Amino acid sequence: MQSIILKTATRLMVGLMLVFAVYLLLRGHHEPGGGFVAALVSGTAFALFAITEGPAQLRRAIRVRPSVIAMTGLAVAAAAGFPALFAGMPYLTGIWWKIGEISLGTPLIFDVGVFLAVLGAIVSLLLALEEN
Amino acid sequence: MELLISACLGVMIACGVYLLLRARTFSVVLGLILMSFAVNFFLFITGRLHTDLPAIISPDRSIYADPLPQALVLTAIVIGFAMTAFVVVLALRAGRELETDHVDGKPEKTQ
Amino acid sequence: MNLLLILPILLPMVMAMISVLTGLDRARSGMLAVFGALLHLCASGFLLATVVDHQVLVLWMGNWPAPAGICLVADYLSAAMVLITSVIYLAVMVYSGKEITPHQRRSGYYPLMQFLTAAICGAFLTGDLFNLYVWFELILMASFGIMIMENPGSRLTSAVKYVTMNLLSTVFLIMAIGLIYGLTGTLNMADLHEKVAQVDNTALVTGAALLLMMAFAIKSALFPLFFWLPATYHTLPVPVAAFFAGMLTKVGVYALIRLFTLVFVTDVAVTHTLLMVMAVLTMVSGVAAAASQMDIRRILSFHIISQVGYMVLGLAVFTPLALAGTLVYLIHHIIVKANLFLVSGLIQRATGSFDLKQTGGLYQTHGLLSLGFFIPAFSLAGFPPLSGFWAKLLIIYACLEAGHYFLGATAAVVGLMTVFSMIKIWTEAFWKKKALPVDSPVEPLVDIPFQLMGPVLCLCLLTVLIGVFMEPVLKFALVAGEQLMSPHQYVLAVKGGG
Repeated sequence: MQSIILKTATRLMVGLMLVFAVYLLLRGHHEPGGGFVAALVSGTAFALFAITEGPAQLRRAIRVRPSVIAMTGLAVAAAAGFPALFAGMPYLTGIWWKIGEISLGTPLIFDVGVFLAVLGAIVSLLLALEEN
Repeated sequence: MELLISACLGVMIACGVYLLLRARTFSVVLGLILMSFAVNFFLFITGRLHTDLPAIISPDRSIYADPLPQALVLTAIVIGFAMTAFVVVLALRAGRELETDHVDGKPEKTQ
Repeated sequence: MNLLLILPILLPMVMAMISVLTGLDRARSGMLAVFGALLHLCASGFLLATVVDHQVLVLWMGNWPAPAGICLVADYLSAAMVLITSVIYLAVMVYSGKEITPHQRRSGYYPLMQFLTAAICGAFLTGDLFNLYVWFELILMASFGIMIMENPGSRLTSAVKYVTMNLLSTVFLIMAIGLIYGLTGTLNMADLHEKVAQVDNTALVTGAALLLMMAFAIKSALFPLFFWLPATYHTLPVPVAAFFAGMLTKVGVYALIRLFTLVFVTDVAVTHTLLMVMAVLTMVSGVAAAASQMDIRRILSFHIISQVGYMVLGLAVFTPLALAGTLVYLIHHIIVKANLFLVSGLIQRATGSFDLKQTGGLYQTHGLLSLGFFIPAFSLAGFPPLSGFWAKLLIIYACLEAGHYFLGATAAVVGLMTVFSMIKIWTEAFWKKKALPVDSPVEPLVDIPFQLMGPVLCLCLLTVLIGVFMEPVLKFALVAGEQLMSPHQYVLAVKGGG
């Protein structure tokens, strides 16, 4: 789309939205937020980018094939279930570790997986629609 | 409030059914979206209608909003979103390839 | 041991991830798929053996307390269904190696099939109503993806119909789930078994049950909601059609069996009578529609519908024997129907056409293929001593025993009409002299590669073996029927295991 206003605004917004997505992803640890919303926000950022710069540019910008992103996400989410097995608990049980002041756990890994899976799905749909 | 919400649901479902029964792919897709909105909304209110309750258990309140329907409706929205996107892609492709958006893929009879 | 329950779901998913992330070439991704299917078969065989030892296995995902968490449950029915899924999955994967075009492989054929298998196993194993819905949606997404891999125009309109019907059934399903949650406050099926009986508003429970019945009737192609099936299946690539024909409608039948034995048994007079009426109409309309068709795959598609009628009839009669008959019928039907679709692909390879008018003379040129068609076709029609005979006999016997003489007679007549269709294919494609040469894009093959013939013959052997060694299968099915009729074991395992 040819619009200087949109183009300039997008250049500013994409970075901002991606950072906000990461914030949402990490906030989902204890507060409302999480992988899915984060993926939607970053998906919106990519949609804006695809509208202004075209789908070919988007493909070049993300470098990796979207289906690979989605599959990596699924693999990460599935892998997040395994540490529980070593602790003798059922698959997907949350395991927490204390690192200094912060407690990190497998739910965070799972959330990152969800983020990547949803992002990959959104981007591949977006490209399918834009390239039609 | 209950009456208003039930009426909303009814109208949404009715419009959805009407659109679904049209012979054009685009209105069928719109009808499906409208109906899935309505049922998602329905799923959401099965946790009963309350106002001003904490979203998650809070120490200074004895009751809280039922979180399960919220989780369910989120899942349903996610799935509905994916399905809708898929249907749109499919309908676009069918429309372009068959050069008609009739659901049977047959060209319109010219009057 | 509890890990065993997650394996049938996790294994295909892991295989899908490997094949996408490593980007293997054609031969390797086919090999990987076959290897994955073998592992899956081992895992589900082991699962079945464990279930026979322990009756009911339960795994609470994520260790959440019952009944808030999601659990996987395997009883006799679920474990048997998972095993049969992996048998068909293996056969189809072996067959796909020669049949799938490079374009289809690049569009993600193998990962999609693996996801489909994972989702089907998930639907068979879950003990939670909402989770069942999620698995159904995953099945849909994977099947949509497979359906539009290569998109000639004819396939797109049928895909649109398939998607629309299934989304509509989703709407019914969510509505029913919402109603049930609003009434009982739980979605765990074992928990529902107790709570549904305590609800005062029985009319609303029956309403929710009917909504669920509609949702799953669309998925399992019951009368009058079956028209999407024959519009879709004959346009698919052969291995895909075989897998869909074998498994997809049967997941719907499984869901009906699970819900209408475990949860909605409070108003049998309404729900099961309605099921009975639908079953009879499904049987009759499916077989009658098949009689008028001349395309092999259309005939087979309509027969799926009439066979689903038999299974639901077993559920509707609602005695332990009838449910055992339904399970035997499911096992028999999945093997035979998937096999027949594979054979239809071979007939097309051998003669260049799916149209019966243009085929012929196969008995002389392809002896082994004739055997490969003869066994499943006449098992489907119910000839002794093949598996279909016992399955039909059990259903009819259960009908008569429960005093439904009319139903028993209808089931027998429908069986006879099935014989008619099968004989039609047999005489047209195998016995008749070869018709005039067809101008077909596919060059007729004289030698059918072993990779295509092998799965067909193995499934034939399985059909014969089930027919000859009926006794252990029947014993197993009777235990499963008892388990379904009196689900206290299931409920105890789920509720005690939290």
